[in-house]
Amino acid sequence: MKLFDRLFRDAPLATRGEITPKLGILLTVLLAIVWLIPFLWMIVATLRPASDGINAMAELMPSLKPTLDNVRDAWEIGDFPRYTLNTTFICAGILLVQFVTITLAGFAFARLNFVGKTPIFYLFLMQLMLVPVLLIVPNLSLVAQLGLYDTLTGVMMPFFASAFGTFLMRQAFEAIPTELEDAALIDGASLLQRIRHIYVPLSMPSFSAFAIISVTSHWNDFLWPLMVINSPDKRPLTVGLSVFTKTAEGTQAWGTIAAGTLMVIAPLLVTFLIFQKRFISSFVTSGIK
Amino acid sequence: MDVLKRFSNRFKASLPAYLLLLPSLVFLALFTYGAMGRVLVDALYQRATPKAPVRFVGLDNISAVLADPAFTGAVVNNLVYAVGTAIPSIGLALLFALALARTNAVSSALRAALFLPVLIPMVAASALFMFIFLPNVGLLDYYIGRLLPVLPNWLGDPDVALYAIMIITIWKNAGYYMLFFLAGLQAVPEDVMEAAHLDGAGPYRRLRHIILPELKPTFLFVIVIATLNAVTQVDHVFVMTQGGPSNSTNLVLFYIYQQAVEHYDVGKASAATLLTLAALMGLTALSFRTMANREGGP
Repeated sequence: MKLFDRLFRDAPLATRGEITPKLGILLTVLLAIVWLIPFLWMIVATLRPASDGINAMAELMPSLKPTLDNVRDAWEIGDFPRYTLNTTFICAGILLVQFVTITLAGFAFARLNFVGKTPIFYLFLMQLMLVPVLLIVPNLSLVAQLGLYDTLTGVMMPFFASAFGTFLMRQAFEAIPTELEDAALIDGASLLQRIRHIYVPLSMPSFSAFAIISVTSHWNDFLWPLMVINSPDKRPLTVGLSVFTKTAEGTQAWGTIAAGTLMVIAPLLVTFLIFQKRFISSFVTSGIK
Repeated sequence: MDVLKRFSNRFKASLPAYLLLLPSLVFLALFTYGAMGRVLVDALYQRATPKAPVRFVGLDNISAVLADPAFTGAVVNNLVYAVGTAIPSIGLALLFALALARTNAVSSALRAALFLPVLIPMVAASALFMFIFLPNVGLLDYYIGRLLPVLPNWLGDPDVALYAIMIITIWKNAGYYMLFFLAGLQAVPEDVMEAAHLDGAGPYRRLRHIILPELKPTFLFVIVIATLNAVTQVDHVFVMTQGGPSNSTNLVLFYIYQQAVEHYDVGKASAATLLTLAALMGLTALSFRTMANREGGP
């Protein structure tokens, strides 16, 4: 009960005796443990030697003779370095183009008045609902017509404009005092110079929030690259992992599957654990990507 | 003349804004609005064989899709899936947020634990749950199976498979929706809560009469996202069940994919996309004001 006292230290005095909030916390703790079990199994199974046999595969107690054989097998069977490179390239490519498009469009909405502002705003807003994955069929034929079938550029293109990013940058730019810009205006700075030297440097937190959302969501994309990519050496991690899982499932190599999955998600998990606060606050702003 | 001149002056003044918006508008035009136009056109045409020339068939594709039991089955599955994933994950998210609203070391760790599944690809979650649901030797049967007289074949039984798929979605999304409730709870005024419990309102009454009304916009927003996710988040169906057994886990987006990629039937795939878009547009119309307000208005 010491723990509860500490958890409720800053709660109003009269409510500290209430039972219901404590039951809620207890239930949440139990569920958090359940939530972690798949990850726990993944790590335990990765380190379990194949000699333990299939019947011990589900055991959550770690094996006493841990081995890295599964990691080596997964590394050799799956082409993970290549997949990681492809995914990194896709995420970086999307992000770089997005930075340009959302900065320019965000500035236009934040600081400029123009004919048709309201309809254009709604045109952007609608994109939040018309998520690209719904339009895979027409977009696949467009990508093919552009000669980009089976290319990483084809995977990236539908995401180059981002309504979410535009709104995020608009919000950031609106918060910047106009006095700063006026001073630059007197010095004769052009529009692009003002954006580049005043607005962009002052909006870094919003750029990093956007980068987190953009990279995690495209790191995890599956259906679209599955349709666009045909050559095995151009597969991103998700598509590679699904092919790898199919192969290893046939031989019941669950330890290898666990190791492969661990390799795919480790970069994201490690980054998350380091920048936890930043991730969480970015995801709060995201809602719809 | 004067009107024309004024108009051209206003247009000239707007030109810098248009130039800044141009890059975004080009991609929106190609991959969002152009794509919608192409869906509309493609849905009206059909090929007799994959190599035959297209011919105009009017609404035939739409009626063919609506008459296809695989499509209507996928729609029903998707409705069950939407309701059956949205309600539990939103309920859990609210519980998590209420329990972890106070920031301290313990609650931060628990929040992180509940948030982990949000980060990982659905494909990776599927790989893990494929073993969890594996008959006899899998994690679920190994630990819980001893308590049950008959072990269900989680992914192999048409009556169970859709629910198994739903569990993954709930596991993956509850922590995400929790974040929105945590943010929403910040808006609940502390002094009102204090006044309420001085007046003798217990935890249930404070939840019912103060917290839940305050969270109404959060609920609306999360319901929209959960619905969108129920339509778009179907990677686990691809990896784990391929819509089977006997179409019991077939969802609309997977049906579209099958028509386009496996049957090379762009007409039917477009017709199904069109129907899905129409349904989502209805939802958009309902939630448009909420979203516009959230983005700060035009």
